[in-house]
Amino acid sequence: MTPKHSRRNFLKLTVGGASASLLPLPAIAQAAPRVVVVGGGFAGASTARALRKADPRIAITLVETSRIFTACPFSNGVIAGLRELPAQQFGYERISAGGIAVVFASATGVEPQKKTVALSTGQRLDYDRLVVAPGIDIRWDGLPGYDEAVAEQMPHAWKAGEQTLLLRRQLEAMSDGGTVIISAPANPFRCPPGPYERASLIAYYLKTTKPRSKLIVLDAKDQFSKQRLFQNAWAELYPNLEWVGLSKGGKVTSVDVTARTLTTDFGTYKADVANVIPPQKAGRIADLAGVTDRTGWCPIDPATFESRLVPGIHVVGDAAIAGGMPKSAFSANAQAKACAFAVAALLAGRKPAEPKLINTCYSLVAPDYGITVAGVYRPVNGMLTDVEGAGGVSPTDAPHSTRALEAKFADGWFKTITNEVFG
Amino acid sequence: MNAPRFFAAAAFLLAPMIGAMAAAPESPAGASSCSGCHPANTGIDTPIPRLNGRNAAEISEQMKTFRAGQRSATVMGRIAKGFSDDEIEAIAAWYAEQR
Ligand SMILES: Cc1cc2nc3c(=O)[nH]c(=O)nc-3n(C[C@H](O)[C@H](O)[C@H](O)COP(=O)(O)OP(=O)(O)OC[C@H]3O[C@@H](n4cnc5c(N)ncnc54)[C@H](O)[C@@H]3O)c2cc1C
Ligand code: HEC
Repeated sequence: MTPKHSRRNFLKLTVGGASASLLPLPAIAQAAPRVVVVGGGFAGASTARALRKADPRIAITLVETSRIFTACPFSNGVIAGLRELPAQQFGYERISAGGIAVVFASATGVEPQKKTVALSTGQRLDYDRLVVAPGIDIRWDGLPGYDEAVAEQMPHAWKAGEQTLLLRRQLEAMSDGGTVIISAPANPFRCPPGPYERASLIAYYLKTTKPRSKLIVLDAKDQFSKQRLFQNAWAELYPNLEWVGLSKGGKVTSVDVTARTLTTDFGTYKADVANVIPPQKAGRIADLAGVTDRTGWCPIDPATFESRLVPGIHVVGDAAIAGGMPKSAFSANAQAKACAFAVAALLAGRKPAEPKLINTCYSLVAPDYGITVAGVYRPVNGMLTDVEGAGGVSPTDAPHSTRALEAKFADGWFKTITNEVFG
Repeated sequence: MNAPRFFAAAAFLLAPMIGAMAAAPESPAGASSCSGCHPANTGIDTPIPRLNGRNAAEISEQMKTFRAGQRSATVMGRIAKGFSDDEIEAIAAWYAEQR
């Protein structure tokens, strides 16, 4: 920190130039800058912690609806019966022990002019800077026939927890010879390789316990993440898995819960178990704060993650439009740390440094078969952009030992990132 | 400079008079992403090694070897290709200082 402003300058400027609300001097002299973080997932909890480390003088409040966080990464393993839900769950004890005020409530509104956040408890929190990290919400108006009640019978399981267990129970209850259908949405959505990892692990479950069953993926796209790697592995391991892309009529245009059917442009499919991954948007509070654009996601400055629409509010994680970076827990955590540095710098009156970020998404095709897509990103012309020559996917011709190694590294990654965020 | 930002900055300048807590020096660009895989904390059951406190020259050397494709790797080759010599050396020096 450069002591550019002497105390005298500070008094003069405050009295001369600041608004009335800043005038009570004793209060100012006591005050540390206040940052409120809404959402205690991979993005929000990471931001709060990184900010605490970057400058312990900042007063940080983390607002989170749920006392227990249930992580989505590896939740496809829970669906396939390879792990149990508690392995996905984390509390906030260590975060509050680190000096962050954790408030269990939902943020219900933001007043950017007054710089306050309203909570479901009726409480109001003042902030100097706000970080919005609510993850995704389902677009309940995005797929005819699909709503919150239908999701109790045709689970999305795209927010981990009860939905994850529901899908697992349905698979367990299905008799051998049944048909499972997964419908995958158009871009952008949370975790681009997620539907295909899920298809793989469900296919693994079917192959090992209900081998006469069939799995169909109806896709609103013709291209998807790590496509060749997935499709090569499916051809080798899962002959009962059929993928139907957009141009072959894969886009689901409506569902009928009573008939248990999914309708596409080309026909109607009957499912014994239907996993509908619907279109998504930034978590609702982003909309209420005015930081979403017409796409339903949040445009940001790629160096500071400050909203392009409302100054003083930063957006990280799935809710943000992060250019080339996919919506992943890895990205959310990496963005959070860069955002925390920027917020600390801005609060100290310093110019934020130019960040560089990494993303890596591990996917399991089988318990001992891991593949990755990686990227390195930096701001170019106002967008987070892939550094040329870096990144890419695992080689298509790698031996099985490499796949097994990547599966082990995937497990290490999950333990490391959840420890950094919650441990 | 707008008022709220200055207000915050000013409050910040006064804070050291109240407490003696120090800010951690910011890590060089890219370094904070490494700990997604290389644990910052000890005691985590992962095959990916910690980087904290390791010799800076050794980290740099490994990164450059990965980048050149001279050491076989699952993912580090793809990551190292995104960093210049200067960036690698700054990251390595920073990790060498961490405990
Ligand atoms: C099946 C599946 C598999 C995945 N696998 C991987 C993987 O292997 N690797 C990977 O990197 N990523 C993976 N992901 C993606 C990853 O889960 C998300 O990208 C990540 O969770 C995004 O973090 P976030 O903090 O933005 O959102 P979240 O982690 O969802 O956190 C948002 C938090 O905000 C809270 N919140 C929302 N609104 C409010 C409010 N108004 N007030 C208070 N709190 C609020 C929510 O309760 C939640 O805890 C997967 C996702 C799915 C669905
Ligand atoms: C996606 C996970 C991931 C990320 C992110 C990552 N690493 Fe690695 N790192 C690995 C793995 C896995 C290995 C083992 C080699 C391999 O298979 O790629 C490794 C190996 C290394 C090694 C060699 C260690 C040894 O003892 O042999 C160094 C040095 C290293 N990484 C540095 C870095 C730096 C610096 C960064 C950030 C710029 C980084 N890594 C980011 C996963 C990661």
